[in-house]
Amino acid sequence: MFGPLRFPDRALLRGWCAPQVILRLGFSLLLFGLVILLSSCSASGQARTSGGQPGTGQTAAPAQVGEKDTIQDIGSDTLVNLALAWAEKYMGEHPEVRISVTGGGSGTGIAALINKTTDIANASREMSADEIASAKKNGIEPVRYTVARDAIAVVVNPENPVGKLTLQQLSDIYTRKITNWQQVGGDNRPIVLLSRESNSGTYQYFLENVIRMGKKSDLLFSPDTLLMPSSQGISTEVSHNPNTIGYDGLGYVTAEQKVIAVAHDASSPYVLPSVATVNDGSYPISRPLFMYTPGQPSARVKAYLDWIANAGQATVTELGFVPLKGGQ
Amino acid sequence: MSKTASTSWREFLVEALIRVMGFSTIGFVLLIFLFLLREGLPAFFLSPLSNVFGTHWYPTFNLFGTLPLILGSLLVTLGAIAIALPLGVTTAVFVREVAPPWAREVLKPMIEVLAGIPSVVLGFFGMTLVAPAVQQVLGVPTGLTAFTGALILAYMALPTLISVAEDALDSVPMAYRNAGLAMGATQWQTIWRVVVPAARSGILTAVMLGMGRAIGETMAVLMVTGNAARMPLTPDSLFQPVRTMTATVAAEMGEVARGSTHYHMLFAVGIILFVLTFFINLTAARAMFEKRRRGGLR
Repeated sequence: MFGPLRFPDRALLRGWCAPQVILRLGFSLLLFGLVILLSSCSASGQARTSGGQPGTGQTAAPAQVGEKDTIQDIGSDTLVNLALAWAEKYMGEHPEVRISVTGGGSGTGIAALINKTTDIANASREMSADEIASAKKNGIEPVRYTVARDAIAVVVNPENPVGKLTLQQLSDIYTRKITNWQQVGGDNRPIVLLSRESNSGTYQYFLENVIRMGKKSDLLFSPDTLLMPSSQGISTEVSHNPNTIGYDGLGYVTAEQKVIAVAHDASSPYVLPSVATVNDGSYPISRPLFMYTPGQPSARVKAYLDWIANAGQATVTELGFVPLKGGQ
Repeated sequence: MSKTASTSWREFLVEALIRVMGFSTIGFVLLIFLFLLREGLPAFFLSPLSNVFGTHWYPTFNLFGTLPLILGSLLVTLGAIAIALPLGVTTAVFVREVAPPWAREVLKPMIEVLAGIPSVVLGFFGMTLVAPAVQQVLGVPTGLTAFTGALILAYMALPTLISVAEDALDSVPMAYRNAGLAMGATQWQTIWRVVVPAARSGILTAVMLGMGRAIGETMAVLMVTGNAARMPLTPDSLFQPVRTMTATVAAEMGEVARGSTHYHMLFAVGIILFVLTFFINLTAARAMFEKRRRGGLR
């Protein structure tokens, strides 16, 4: 009466009724998620390592050189390109040294420092009190080296007529007290807020020094803020959408974005970020970039850090960062 | 004699091997589940429940409100199904009931190819083409919205939805169609009033499986939904940015300090996601059981 079963899928369909199979379906979804997760973790690390010039051998060949000769350098995505450039140059001058550079974010580098899996942790922010405490618990006394300075540029779409903002206005924009570009002298458009992900050092710095304006307060980014997974995400959206405002390290600003001149307050001058304005302190949103070592560094690492503070500073400008004054 | 013995010995070996393989799959799955629980459950003790189910997700300030993430995931998933259901069912009806055999031979493999497009490609496509289009057409402040995510996810859920719905239509007995037509109903009336209702539980299963696919999707969602952890409570929330659970885990897991509250919290989000997908699959299975009780009609 019901006719023949014509389709092989029929067996599959019936199979879904069995409870074990339902369980398996759920589990496999879960497995899928975990695999993505794991691959995204390792991918973000590995992609960065090979992100520099291929064939220069930043990653050591342990069979030849031995594990102990490799300097591990993990951390900040802001610093990763600079760290790669340094490592390449230094290895060119000192062929006996191997330096392996990995990105992943300041948090990743500091976690590696605490877990004793790196010789140098790159950080675009200072270690928090919690992090220092857990390092000390592991018997590590982190030592901080300032290696370069970075200006954080505030960017908008080139169509946007607004070209200057004060810190107070930026704070109000990012906390949604100002919601329309008209309120700061622009067109009648809603403001769309863009930010880096919350675990980036740039996010922390912007929050503390722009939104909270360096004071103690509990202001936060508005929940409406779009958290972009990468600098690329910010530049794509800013270049497409005239409503947006974003921020990122000066080295990441592309030609399709317009940089905003920023002033401490309404009575002080509006300043565009550049090497000169960061060094004379007139551009208000700049920060030091750090390398941390677990305890006093070995002679090998110390020599590298000394080289960065002096000869390495020439590379800093090439990559859009700001060199230290007089080699600190 | 000795030949038969060695054959049966080999038989036994192969059978044992296959059995071990089969059970080890279940074993691995169990271990993963235990790992998820071990890493995720501490979050509910490290942080008060009012915080865990609060409305603010600011992990760097110990605010772990998962509610915006759960609602964000649900909004995007339901939006995706609302778009994919009519498209998928009508496609399935066309492929199974209307299309001539040669068209079916072309369409079926094409639909399967659809399933093979990597999600990151769709995400990139969504970020650079769909999002600006959504912004211009709808006149919303930004194109990175829940709706954009729903569009991309609908596209990704379609292959699953179409194949399963099509199988459901296929298993409706030919006698039903013949009876409909014999009573003077047009082909459209037969499809709409007889075949589709008879296949409704199979279609429901298709929807549920499509939903399971959509809620677990990560990469495309991370790239197009804007990732703003706001509470999607107002009616226009569909056209505002949202942050989903999957995107949160994927974006934050890479940089979280191992063993911190935030780390456990991300696994807790994984548990919540797991529970949700589990219930979705359970509902799908229950639909199958009910229909069976009604006499094997699919």
